[in-house]
Amino acid sequence: MAENQSDANGSLKTYDDHVPEIKFTKLFINGEFVDSVKGRTLETVDPRNGQVTARVAEGDKEDVDLAVEAARQAFDHGPWPRMPGYQRGRIMSKFAVLIEENIDELAALDTINGGKLFSFSKAMEIPYAVTSLRYYAGAADKIHGEVLKMSRDLHGYTLREPIGVVGHIIPWNGPATMFMMKVAPALAAGCTMVVKPAEQTPLSALFYAHLAKKAGVPDGVINVVNGFGPTAGAAISGHMDIDMVSFTGSTEVGRIVMQAAATSNLKQVSLELGGKSPIMVFDDADLDSATDLALTGILVNKGEVCVAGSRVYVQERIYEEFEKKIVAKAKAWSVGDPFDPNVRQGPQASKEQFEKILSYIEHGKREGATLLTGGAPLGTKGYYIQPTIFTNVTEDNVIVKDEIFGPVMSLMKFKTTEEVIKRANDTRYGLAAGILTKNIDLVNTVSRSIRAGTIWINCYLAFDNDCPFGGYKMSGFGKDYGLDALHKYLHVKSVVTPIYNSPWL
Amino acid sequence: MAARLFSSLLSRSSSSSSSSAARALLSRARKPLLGRDIKTYSTAVAIEEPLNPGVTVNYSQLFINGQFVDSASGKTFPTFDPRTGEVIAHVAEGEAEDINRAVAAARKAFDEGPWPRMTAYERAKIMLRFADLLEKHNDELAALETWDNGKPYEQAAKIELPMIVRVIRYYAGWADKIHGLTVPADGQYHLQTLHEPIGVAGQIIPWNFPLLMYAWKVGPALACGNTIVLKTAEQTPLSALYATKLLHEAGVPPGVVNVISGFGPTAGAALASHMDVDKLAFTGSTNTGKIVLELAARSNLKPVTLELGGKSPFIVCGDADVDKAVELAHFALFFNQGQCCCAGSRTYVHESVYDEFVEKAKARATIRSVGDPFKSGIEQGPQIDSEQFEKILRYIRAGVESGATLETGGERFGTKGHYIQPTVFSNVEDDMLIAKDEIFGPVQSILKFKDLKEVIQRANNTRYGLAAGVFTQNMDTANTLTRALRVGTVWVNCFDIFDAAIPFGGYKMSGQGREKGIYSLSNYLQVKAVVTPLKNPAWL
Repeated sequence: MAENQSDANGSLKTYDDHVPEIKFTKLFINGEFVDSVKGRTLETVDPRNGQVTARVAEGDKEDVDLAVEAARQAFDHGPWPRMPGYQRGRIMSKFAVLIEENIDELAALDTINGGKLFSFSKAMEIPYAVTSLRYYAGAADKIHGEVLKMSRDLHGYTLREPIGVVGHIIPWNGPATMFMMKVAPALAAGCTMVVKPAEQTPLSALFYAHLAKKAGVPDGVINVVNGFGPTAGAAISGHMDIDMVSFTGSTEVGRIVMQAAATSNLKQVSLELGGKSPIMVFDDADLDSATDLALTGILVNKGEVCVAGSRVYVQERIYEEFEKKIVAKAKAWSVGDPFDPNVRQGPQASKEQFEKILSYIEHGKREGATLLTGGAPLGTKGYYIQPTIFTNVTEDNVIVKDEIFGPVMSLMKFKTTEEVIKRANDTRYGLAAGILTKNIDLVNTVSRSIRAGTIWINCYLAFDNDCPFGGYKMSGFGKDYGLDALHKYLHVKSVVTPIYNSPWL
Repeated sequence: MAARLFSSLLSRSSSSSSSSAARALLSRARKPLLGRDIKTYSTAVAIEEPLNPGVTVNYSQLFINGQFVDSASGKTFPTFDPRTGEVIAHVAEGEAEDINRAVAAARKAFDEGPWPRMTAYERAKIMLRFADLLEKHNDELAALETWDNGKPYEQAAKIELPMIVRVIRYYAGWADKIHGLTVPADGQYHLQTLHEPIGVAGQIIPWNFPLLMYAWKVGPALACGNTIVLKTAEQTPLSALYATKLLHEAGVPPGVVNVISGFGPTAGAALASHMDVDKLAFTGSTNTGKIVLELAARSNLKPVTLELGGKSPFIVCGDADVDKAVELAHFALFFNQGQCCCAGSRTYVHESVYDEFVEKAKARATIRSVGDPFKSGIEQGPQIDSEQFEKILRYIRAGVESGATLETGGERFGTKGHYIQPTVFSNVEDDMLIAKDEIFGPVQSILKFKDLKEVIQRANNTRYGLAAGVFTQNMDTANTLTRALRVGTVWVNCFDIFDAAIPFGGYKMSGQGREKGIYSLSNYLQVKAVVTPLKNPAWL
């Protein structure tokens, strides 16, 4: 336990003076902060200590109805879908600047809400979310349909039109990333939206909504309804007046969202769900960088990442040395208060998550897996867990099958390329995969063989705004990022008319 | 050619991108008789003392490798105020030696410098900063433009500068969205295309829209990661130097954009035939375009984009809204003193509305306000220089001699500077010189037609193919004309709509390639196909 602590005195050092004043705790509907209809509130908890940080308005069906009404009005009659894309882009650019100006406060909100490393949020995650906003701002005036090659005397063309009112249901693991990944392309497309942030992390979403209004996003275009999945979330996915629901979260909840869409108005659905992504390390890989990549692949954001490299396959010739190195590095990995700039891992986001991860660890032990390091909570308060590595497991073990969403790696040995391809694909998920080798033929073979939406070769977590992201199989469908994400929020309308006496066809 | 806001107000009254300033400008333009301080050409006898431009010329040297420098020879040339013919400033005169220096700087910046190597997002942010700076210095840049070119200040400040900013922002947004393809293979191969910057781009721009042409050229070239040597027109060197200074203030590294002021036969020819320039883009006359293409062929076979002259038809069908057609036909021809490559210089009017149209076109031209372009409410300033001025007057004489009816105008305006009266000819025939040649001045030629087939044949009977206007309420007629006209742009019930995303360029001898829109990116990109065998692929 002691290896991972930033403070050797049994309890972790805290940085309470970094906690910001919380300005926005209501729902954001039609450009105004309002209480929920029933007047109910929910508690947000600081995962560093389990204490309540704020009471936030708790939205339910009635509140979703009001938000949808505002979004509907803004879409059907408001200026947003009617202004030129350039103008939408200018407003989005201004929104980006306002986020940059408030970055400390936004980062701190995600730390006290999600246990995220303050320095990571400030230097990486939020700046990256800002680049997403600028990327889509620059795409808003580049939405092209096509003029078609018709096989008769017809003139045909396609229009890409905004899909309408979008419901975004976003998770708690990356409040800034997820908010912007959904909201930015939908804004560029000219949609209006109702955003439901996770009940664990509503604070920064409310702040973003406030900044969007300040930047000039018209009222009703972005509405934020805090609340729980079974109430507010279900009201969104089952709403008859929402044209599309875009969900990021667990595979189980994704299934419920899709069912609700099917039983209501057949709204379009985009799902970005769980994963159990393999990282394959071939025997020519550089061990130092491979162990770094694999360790970061699972421990980034305390393992609370859908693309976490939770299954690490190492070719047998280098396996033993790899194991030795990665275990040593895991023991040296610093865990502690996420406001501490030297800490690399904060607490899990919630008590529920904390307990779920620990139960998986216990399950692994019971199943006979070998615990190489970690395997226990850290400190006496808050939701800290040691970086944990299991070995001697196969694809039949529950900890290799299930998405744990915590700092728990399954380390496995393989002999041949054919074998590792087969085992890597032996999962119901297909979100991402890592390949570590310098052999070009191997890279080409494996990258086409893996049934996953993103393949990172000699890198991992290499996200980019221009690079579409989304799953195969039960990791979901529909892409976030890139122009694919923009197109997700656009309908294609075909327009056809006869032509007479055309000199060419 | 730069009149999106202007014409959108004329043609799309619900346009949401209009500024109140442009609206004010328009209302004056449409009802000039109501403007107290506006003298129409028929009532003003002389141009008064020219107004003070309110700006000073701070940059008159060449811009090479991030610095203002004198020309190698030390030579300068005067740039003139078209209102008076007087010298504004003496500008460093670039020649072959200066082109060599600029190309060397651009080469180094491309081969070794940070510009093509930084992330596209960083390039985009620098371009966005440039756009902000242009916006901040809007009025000074517009004043320089008017002083050097003679175009109405309100047009430069309220229409052109915002369009320039718009184009730069548009291409900033492309920088991080330049996509190659992964390509299907016939066998076990992995195929992809990389879209790489083409290298050092040579760009030669004209005098009619100096800064707008600068933006059309520089915007896409920069977004793609190229470096640039740009030669401005000898008539209008000033605004580009100022803008380039702002570009560097925004963070463009030295050597990425070099600007050479100078003449075509010396600086222009050296650029077009340079062995180390990878790409050439030229906007100007068809005759010079031929020379540029030939020099490229004779030197290193650099690919060439040409945006050249035009004699664009403006076709008014019998069912058209005549008042609107008259106003837009007037605008299509007279905008920017008629100095537009896409000017609607052949106005074909259906016989059923011909007489009404001619009467109204004449009336509209008669009330066009001509005068000092710095004066508020002025629609038309002087022509660019004495050469153009004389050439236009020669064409007007040729029109009269060939038997066309001079409805109004036909003379110089005032006694000083290069002002010409708005001139309208009717009864123009296709074989008259004024119907064949690009006049590039305020001379409208109105021709009569009977049926659609005839007007298609006549409209296409030209060596040019830049643009066309089509006025009709019938969509079948519109569709037929749209497809039948051999031109790069067809404006249906509008004219001179120049959004950043709309590609622009010519058929036939109006040029090669397209500028603006996504299409312009391909002018500045090389395509590299990458092929590698696949061993045991899961699929093909």
